[in-house]
Amino acid sequence: MARKPPGINTGSMADISFLLLTFFLLTSSISTEQGIPRRLPPPKKDTEKTIVDINKRNVLNVMVNFNDAVWVNGQEILLAQLKDKAVEFLENPTNSSSLPEKEITQIENMGEYPVSKGVISLTNDQSTTYNMYVQVQNELEKAVNELRDKVSLNYFGKKFDNLDTASRRAIQKAIPMNISEAPPIDYSKTE
Amino acid sequence: MGRFKKGEKKDVPEINTGSMSDIIFMFLFFFMVITNMRESTLKVHFKPPLASEVQKLEKKSLVANIYIGAPLGKNENTLPPGKVSVQLNDQTIKAEDLVEDVKDFIGTERESRSEADKAKLTFSLKVDKNVQMRYVNTIKQELRNNNALKINYATGKKSDMKLK
Repeated sequence: MARKPPGINTGSMADISFLLLTFFLLTSSISTEQGIPRRLPPPKKDTEKTIVDINKRNVLNVMVNFNDAVWVNGQEILLAQLKDKAVEFLENPTNSSSLPEKEITQIENMGEYPVSKGVISLTNDQSTTYNMYVQVQNELEKAVNELRDKVSLNYFGKKFDNLDTASRRAIQKAIPMNISEAPPIDYSKTE
Repeated sequence: MGRFKKGEKKDVPEINTGSMSDIIFMFLFFFMVITNMRESTLKVHFKPPLASEVQKLEKKSLVANIYIGAPLGKNENTLPPGKVSVQLNDQTIKAEDLVEDVKDFIGTERESRSEADKAKLTFSLKVDKNVQMRYVNTIKQELRNNNALKINYATGKKSDMKLK
């Protein structure tokens, strides 16, 4: 009678692969790259002058001071109020003369749309913490997203995120993201 | 009566563990695919701020990271007054070399991409949430001077913000 060859013990194989698994879990990061994308203005020295030319009603001055407090057009507000301020400013639902004017623009897929000429001017202090700065950027982004959702629901019956690329471009033209960053001020040096 | 029958005792069949390793290997490959190795060791303390309106960056290969934060080691180069370091690639940079180093960094990052990808290259600012804006502004100014305009403020994801 031929002897059955002994099987290789594979019990420890699982242990080895567990070891590899934990090794990879520890050395790798799942975190995907995410954040708030922005475009810097092209290098130019006289950008400040072009800002001055813009009509005063078309500018919303957002300032984050050294104390991380938010000031909008010379008034201190809470961070939670900033979004509504920005929405009101960009939307100008009542066509008020103190809020930005609109320009009827021909947009592909949408026809004529009154595009707001409003620009949000963001100033930060050198001592502002980065966290606060990102929160302010986030609130402004939220305001624009809210408006974009609203307009795309009106025109296309869908939220902005669910639109196809062409309609998305149209909405982006209708509600542009106009944030202009003024040169930072330095509180500690003005003392 | 009452005698055990020798030789006819039936063994409980062993559980076959052969496929166990296959399952674990499957896990392993799954994790290897969805994760990515840390390409550079962090030399600065980096805890991103949280934001709700985050967007995912399209491709990881089109992102170059700039870390700004408090140095982890004592021997790292810092920017004056000495609490914050800027890390490019694998090392923190000296204050006096900042302009040159940032320029070189942008240059090499651009060089290593194909012609078509150069325009899509995003510089992700991975800044610790407690850093003051002055350092971020300096870096932003340098990026601007070198025509690297596509930037990203790296943040964590906060599902819904409760402010008040």
